[in-house]
Amino acid sequence: MNRGMGWTLIRLWTMLVYIFMFLPVAVVVLLSFNASEFGAFPMSGLSLRWFVELAGNDAILRAFRTSIILGALTALISTTIGVLASLALIRYKVPGQNLISTILIAPILVPEVVLAVALLLFLNALSINKSFALLLAGHVIFTLPFVILVVQARLVSIRRDVEEAAMSLGANPVQTFFSITLPLLLPAVLAGGLFAFTISFDDITGTLFWKPGGVETVPTQIFAMLRNSISPEINALGTVMIALTVGLPLLGLAIARRMSANSGG
Amino acid sequence: MSTVKLTDIEKRFGDYVAVHRMSLEMPEGGFVTLLGPSGCGKTTTLRMIAGLLDPSAGEIEIGGKRVNDVPIHKRNLGLVFQNYALFPHKTVADNIAFGLKYRGVGKSDIDRKVKDALDLVQLPHVAGRYPRELSGGQQQRIALARAIVIEPDVLLLDEPLSALDANLREDMRVELKRIQERIGVTTVFVTHDQSEALAMSDQIVVMSAGRVEQMGAPEEVYNTPASEFVARFLGASNIVDARCTQRDATSMVLETPDLGRIVIPSDRGPKVSATGPVKLVLRAEKIALSASQPVHGEVAHSATVDTVDYQGQAARYFIRLGGLQLQAINMIDTHPHAAGREVTASFRPADCTVLPA
Repeated sequence: MNRGMGWTLIRLWTMLVYIFMFLPVAVVVLLSFNASEFGAFPMSGLSLRWFVELAGNDAILRAFRTSIILGALTALISTTIGVLASLALIRYKVPGQNLISTILIAPILVPEVVLAVALLLFLNALSINKSFALLLAGHVIFTLPFVILVVQARLVSIRRDVEEAAMSLGANPVQTFFSITLPLLLPAVLAGGLFAFTISFDDITGTLFWKPGGVETVPTQIFAMLRNSISPEINALGTVMIALTVGLPLLGLAIARRMSANSGG
Repeated sequence: MSTVKLTDIEKRFGDYVAVHRMSLEMPEGGFVTLLGPSGCGKTTTLRMIAGLLDPSAGEIEIGGKRVNDVPIHKRNLGLVFQNYALFPHKTVADNIAFGLKYRGVGKSDIDRKVKDALDLVQLPHVAGRYPRELSGGQQQRIALARAIVIEPDVLLLDEPLSALDANLREDMRVELKRIQERIGVTTVFVTHDQSEALAMSDQIVVMSAGRVEQMGAPEEVYNTPASEFVARFLGASNIVDARCTQRDATSMVLETPDLGRIVIPSDRGPKVSATGPVKLVLRAEKIALSASQPVHGEVAHSATVDTVDYQGQAARYFIRLGGLQLQAINMIDTHPHAAGREVTASFRPADCTVLPA
């Protein structure tokens, strides 16, 4: 009796916590379909007009393009560097291995603001101006640890003797990498890439510090818009962002599952 | 097919010497087994032949050509691992075809060779499957097919049977030997299992702590161990301290407190050159126990059975003979000798081996 009561209370409490966390998100999503000009309940009717207006807003479209290019490049560069670094750290003996590993993972542990300011000051000292390349570099540094962690975990599970077998059959080390190691690593590489893309797409703190004047990503654009007024367009934009940042990793996870099931784990 | 020749090869990992100056010649088409407990350097030696490890010193020749500086992918070797090491993302046919693709073999030839290889390992119907869909024994056959389809100069087998369960292991042992004889490839086999080594090899190299203890045909290594390590590692042996009091070209005389005076042919102790303390090696299965009359006339003593380890067709007895504790393995006629029984233990001096103390 008593125990059943306790469990009911725990369930209730958990539900309250979830409601607390997700209610604001749900409100934003709901209001994005609101027909009325003013973001308030009760909703006056369902409409897609804010999405249409969003699609016609040049500043937002530009920000979208910037975010997607930035995210894609970040993902590409991060996974390339991440795979190479993981290979070096796991498959070969590198002097100072632990130190390198720690430095590569460190950006996760350092508060983002600190990292952002540090990079900015460093480049200031070198008298390099803010640019898209700098923004990209910042995002790569910031996403690299996630890629490395995912790829390393997978690489450890790929048996060395599979690669040795390939080499004994006549494949040189580069051919072995592309025909054996990379296909087996692919689920982790894709997952890492998606992580990098989502994190970059979502990032605001670092981006605010690093972006050159005139360049806006979606989060900084929302931030700028919020300073003027709370337009229902922002609700629509928020909904799109939620769909992207939640949907992409889920999609990636599903693909990675399928692929690793096919390659026998 | 090629000979493999190792000359004074050595492998050091920092201060640790994994393989001490080892020289070895493996004849063309031969089946040579590197046998020893884990850590004896047998796998290290195999990996040096394969090109997966560089020797710290010495020469490796395959087919009369020095290969020290030839990377593994240019050595043309077939390599089979304990854990199969099949490519999990490729079908069986693609696994087997892998090596052929790097040898410029045409598409139709690849298909034919893959089919022949699958026939050879008696798995003609699995070409389209993935490795995870096969049993352990089947996976190891595919690994073997993949290694031999490239017609390697040398086939290297690194404990290929150890991951299989007992019954399957014996079947695969016969199968592996049949395939090796059929294609006649020079084979280096690494194992810690003495029965695999004895059953399959033309030549056994017994290794311990990075050194070669003995090389020779299975019968020779088994019947005439060259060291106490070999005697203990292969089969069950009794090793008794003795004193050589007399030695000439044909025979030597050994004195022991418990077994008395034994006259042994000199060729049973080729390493014993002078009189003095020696070790007498007595194989457990060479000691015959009987209820009354001794089986062998020459050396017979009465003994007491301490413990009986019943094994079905045979039994292992732990017996007390004077101050000695000995093991004897005998086939069981009707019933094994019971513990506590008085028996007559006898053996032929020609079945003993004498080693320097």
